[in-house]
Amino acid sequence: MTGSERIKTPQGIFLGAAALLRGGWALLAAGCALLPLPAAASGKGDPARGETLFKACKSCHQVGANARNGVGPHLDGLFGRQAGVLEGFKYSSAMKTLGEEGLLWNAFTLDAYLEKPRAYVPGTRMSYLGMRKIQDRTDVIAYLKALSQEAPASDPQADTQTRAEIGAAAMGLEGDPEYGEYLSSECVTCHQMSGRADGIPSIVGWPSQAFIRVLFEYKTNIRSHQVMQNMTTNLGNEEIAALAAYFGSLDPQ
Amino acid sequence: MPNISRRTFGLMMGAGASTLAMPYYARAQGKPRAVVIGGGAGGATAARYMAKDAGEDLDVTLIEANPQYITCFFSNLYLGGYRSLASITHGYDKLASNYGITVVNAFADTVDREAREVVMADGARVPYDRLIVAPGIDLIYDSVPGYSEEAAGIMPHAWKAGPQTKLLKSRLDAIENGQQVVMVAPPNPYRCPPGPYERVSMMAHLFKEKGYDDCKIVIIDPKPKFSKQGLFTEGWEKYYPGMIEWYGPDVHGGIASVDPQTGEVETDLDTFKGDLVNVIPAQKAGMIAASAGLANDSGFCPIDPASMRSQIDENIFVIGDASIAGDMPKSGFSANSQAKVAAMAIRGELTGSKVFPAKYSNTCWSLIETNDGVKVGAQYAPAADKIASTSSFISQTGEDDALRQATYEESVGWYKGITTDIFGA
Repeated sequence: MTGSERIKTPQGIFLGAAALLRGGWALLAAGCALLPLPAAASGKGDPARGETLFKACKSCHQVGANARNGVGPHLDGLFGRQAGVLEGFKYSSAMKTLGEEGLLWNAFTLDAYLEKPRAYVPGTRMSYLGMRKIQDRTDVIAYLKALSQEAPASDPQADTQTRAEIGAAAMGLEGDPEYGEYLSSECVTCHQMSGRADGIPSIVGWPSQAFIRVLFEYKTNIRSHQVMQNMTTNLGNEEIAALAAYFGSLDPQ
Repeated sequence: MPNISRRTFGLMMGAGASTLAMPYYARAQGKPRAVVIGGGAGGATAARYMAKDAGEDLDVTLIEANPQYITCFFSNLYLGGYRSLASITHGYDKLASNYGITVVNAFADTVDREAREVVMADGARVPYDRLIVAPGIDLIYDSVPGYSEEAAGIMPHAWKAGPQTKLLKSRLDAIENGQQVVMVAPPNPYRCPPGPYERVSMMAHLFKEKGYDDCKIVIIDPKPKFSKQGLFTEGWEKYYPGMIEWYGPDVHGGIASVDPQTGEVETDLDTFKGDLVNVIPAQKAGMIAASAGLANDSGFCPIDPASMRSQIDENIFVIGDASIAGDMPKSGFSANSQAKVAAMAIRGELTGSKVFPAKYSNTCWSLIETNDGVKVGAQYAPAADKIASTSSFISQTGEDDALRQATYEESVGWYKGITTDIFGA
């Protein structure tokens, strides 16, 4: 059994204790005193192995010197950071609320979140399903801890333009949000407009360059997913740019 | 007053769409009125999109006989014990409160097309400028000799979710080891092509979970092949060896009759006796399609592939299972997709908003056994004579467990997504 399973409703603890313990650290100390620490919190991770595992996270999260926000928030300065506070990133209201109620990121909370993101923060936009093995989580957290002390980019909310390898034509286009709104009706049959991710990733509020890149990766079969590959077959540059402009303009709820 | 700019035809023409050129129409007094008959996956979506996108410019009314809607999609998962009935039951309150739709909870009998009024069962009339007809299917009970609406109380069809689904579930739960279930599968075209075979998978799952080692499920099929056949057959051999038998017409030779009193299904080959018989008869468009004169000899309604407009009445659109949608299957996903095209066309005509080229899509997920989901889907575009498939995909046999689990989890996400898209948030 792991820590997160013992804490059946982490948000409940935050909610219940929030009035007494506005300081997140004090709250976590209380939580830790009641429950044995998971292995991840004891710090015996292998950062090198964590770096390899982190490749699965990299398409959304940047970390290290000059990291910027992408589909997910950058992870520099993550340790000790209050949840949901990076300027320029569109968080779910669930994440923002938990941050305001005292959720801070550290080895303990990251371990619980990474194990089952949607159980730990119901309503999170992160579509990652979870990392089951405790050693994997421990190693990734060790890697993040080592790297997250680097300074973020001076303008972390800037688009991830420099990382775009393909779809350059669409990237240069100014998308028509009105056209995008019409086209979006095909997407929202599965992807919720609210930005919630219940088994299908959230696509609301992404930086437009990241949105375009991902659609091109499906269109060119670099990314494998039957529905998305099929959906993007008939999308031209103008349509992809329009969708990126529209979904990028929305705020998750 | 609505914006009285001219309609934008350019984009539709650019797509080669053959739209009926109609004058911009607005009522001399008051807002233009869009009325929708049927609050299922097609009708409720259309009402919501028209109300959401037109705001104050359009008066939207949704007519639906039932106070709540139980989705046919995922009702097999209720039979299999994966979902509660409550979790697939939806109300219309958000459509009324959050989108300003007038929800009329009553039965529509027919349409006075001359007067452009829906005639309700109690004689009341609901006037419209544009009407969307989305009644789903009606069952042709006598397509299976011996079957009738009354017989459905003994041999449930459960092909319209509701009391029939509950009846089938209670009958399934009462099956004991050693007993036999017979399904009479429907002929094409019918609602939810993979549905009967997903249902059989769910029945088998129930029996297997109870440790039954001597139950049989026999499918008597009027079709020589069926949707996702390779995937289902592979799954049945893997999870339920020896439990499921499928007979196509070349084996059984034809379904002669069913007898609700004895539980027998007579075919040219043999008589099959079921302790439970699930008869899914042939289908046609919901009753109002015929009473309003919108259906052709096929029992379904011909439409313009570029807009879902009825070929019979230019002020009426038919969407969902009741329409003849070319290559698109009759599914909740298809109906939801068609609804958006029709809603856009009507909004364009009544409020002058921009009309973009029609695009359609569909995906059907099916569950074979716990965490083993498969899917089939396609994109569609209007062609001259029908809605035509432009690209498609299907799950492959031999896929690994992780992919099948991801497909199942995706279907759960889709359910949440599409029901939010239909009934609002």
